[in-house]
Amino acid sequence: MADVAWQEQALELPDVGARARVLNKLRINDIVFRYLTRASAVFVLVMLGGVIVSLGIGAMPAFQEFGLGFLTSESWNPVTEKFGAAAPIYGTIITSSIAMLIAVPLGLFIAMFLTELCPLPLRRPIGIAIELLAGIPSIIYGIWGLFVFAPFLQQYVQPAIISAFGNIPVLSTLFAGPPFGIGMLTASLILAIMVLPFITSISRDVFEAVPPVLKEAAYGLGCTTWEVVWYVVLPFTRIGVIGGVMLGLGRALGETMAVTFVIGNAHRISSSLFAPGTTISATIANEFTEAVGDLYTSALIGLGLVLFVITFIVLAIARYLLLRIERRIG
Amino acid sequence: MDASLYNARRRRNGLVKVVSVSATLVGLAWLAIILGVLLWHGFSGLSVSVFTEMTPPPGAAGGLLNAIVGSLMMTSLAVVIGTPIGILAGTYMAEYGRHDKLTVVVRFINDILLSAPSIVVGLFIYEVMVRPLGHFSGISGAVVLAVLVVPVMVRTTEDLLRLVPDTLREAAASIGLPRSLMIRRVAYRAARAGIITGVLLSIARISGETAPLLFTALNNQFFSTNLNAPMASLPAVIFQFALSPYKDWQSLAWTGALMITLAVLALSITARSLTATRKSQ
Repeated sequence: MADVAWQEQALELPDVGARARVLNKLRINDIVFRYLTRASAVFVLVMLGGVIVSLGIGAMPAFQEFGLGFLTSESWNPVTEKFGAAAPIYGTIITSSIAMLIAVPLGLFIAMFLTELCPLPLRRPIGIAIELLAGIPSIIYGIWGLFVFAPFLQQYVQPAIISAFGNIPVLSTLFAGPPFGIGMLTASLILAIMVLPFITSISRDVFEAVPPVLKEAAYGLGCTTWEVVWYVVLPFTRIGVIGGVMLGLGRALGETMAVTFVIGNAHRISSSLFAPGTTISATIANEFTEAVGDLYTSALIGLGLVLFVITFIVLAIARYLLLRIERRIG
Repeated sequence: MDASLYNARRRRNGLVKVVSVSATLVGLAWLAIILGVLLWHGFSGLSVSVFTEMTPPPGAAGGLLNAIVGSLMMTSLAVVIGTPIGILAGTYMAEYGRHDKLTVVVRFINDILLSAPSIVVGLFIYEVMVRPLGHFSGISGAVVLAVLVVPVMVRTTEDLLRLVPDTLREAAASIGLPRSLMIRRVAYRAARAGIITGVLLSIARISGETAPLLFTALNNQFFSTNLNAPMASLPAVIFQFALSPYKDWQSLAWTGALMITLAVLALSITARSLTATRKSQ
């Protein structure tokens, strides 16, 4: 026995060096790979830092020139080099808010249909179809909005609204002016269509996460479908739904091409929703390549920084809320 | 008294049901209308010359060849740059740093980058690449798209590696496989379908991106494969042609829009069916 063991050792002896080398190589590989993955993870943070720092530096001249007045001034004149962000910020917030007013109820009703009412075999196809809406690139919505949707609104919808609300005090100023087709309202409607799939799919996901026992208990008491959704499902999923809505809002705020096509790019704050306006992203997309002079470019980058800060806050809240509901569901 | 309450509840429920069905129909109708209009306008302009000729000056016949080539080049380069970074970062989060502070922070930031406005990313690359180089270039267009690919890849890689059962990892470790080899040979293989899905989804995401390309790759009316010079891309050409007053340009824009949409829909449906088969297995 001892002989055999000794012989085996002798046989392996010349291999020890090679074996050590292989093991060493593996160990080094292991360390290198580990640090490579770690560096890539850190790189994600570097990207975010890079965005903030580079936009900050780029926007510096504009903020030095105009100070905080940049955010509140409505004038936008490339010739005299007077730039203020009030009109684009106003346009961004108004179009996004109107879009959310339309898309949130619509999305919640679709989610309710998909989870409570829809026949089982239809659930997946309809869900996928709605999600495909989210995949269509924004420029497609833009070209469709410009050539199809805006003319349709101009010809049929806007004249009807103007004549219907013409004599009602508040509504007549809200829907005043000639029907251009393009304008704030058109942009809002297209944004609503674009964020609808996000709100729908997140609401559906959180609705589906409601424990069936809760719903069954409510149905067992004799609740109607609506009462189950209103008194059981919605209170249980409130945080998740708000998270989904904020996520949709983040998308709407930053949406560029679809809005650029139909908003009319006019730097003014108008009380009428039919009037052309502008948003932060539309201003940048329209004017950036034509901007002459450092101050003009810097003002546009400053707009980008404002947009990034707004969307960052909205998206951070959205993710925080969704994280909370994820933890609760487990 | 009771009967009236009962009737009121039933009526309200019926009303809500009708509203909810019609909301769904409205959502589906939009998809149908958009696709229908695209097919209607885009199909008439679809011909061989679209794929063989350059973008024309107004009034002349032409195609979209330079834009198609530019889009393909920048998209593939972006995937080549962005995918490895995304996969490696996702690997760290799912394999090494599962309980790290770093992972939590990176996941949070990555989710924000995932839906951050792409136009801001365009400005970022303009500041760090176009301005120092002094000119617009195809390579900076590719880098913008790569920055947009990374978050998608990080997210899908992390999610799918987490679905790989730990028993597989333990089995690999028990035969003495080093961790990096275990990840590459075992975990990646188990998550392969999902990672391919991620790549397809990220291509779908970037192939329609327009705004960030406007400040980086700009556009080019001529055929060019020079990555150091301005480069045409389908979305940029659609933007320029659609807003022009010329009928032939507008019709080419519709054709380009149809091509992008079909490509994106095909990519997302393929991606979906890949994950669907994986789930059912």
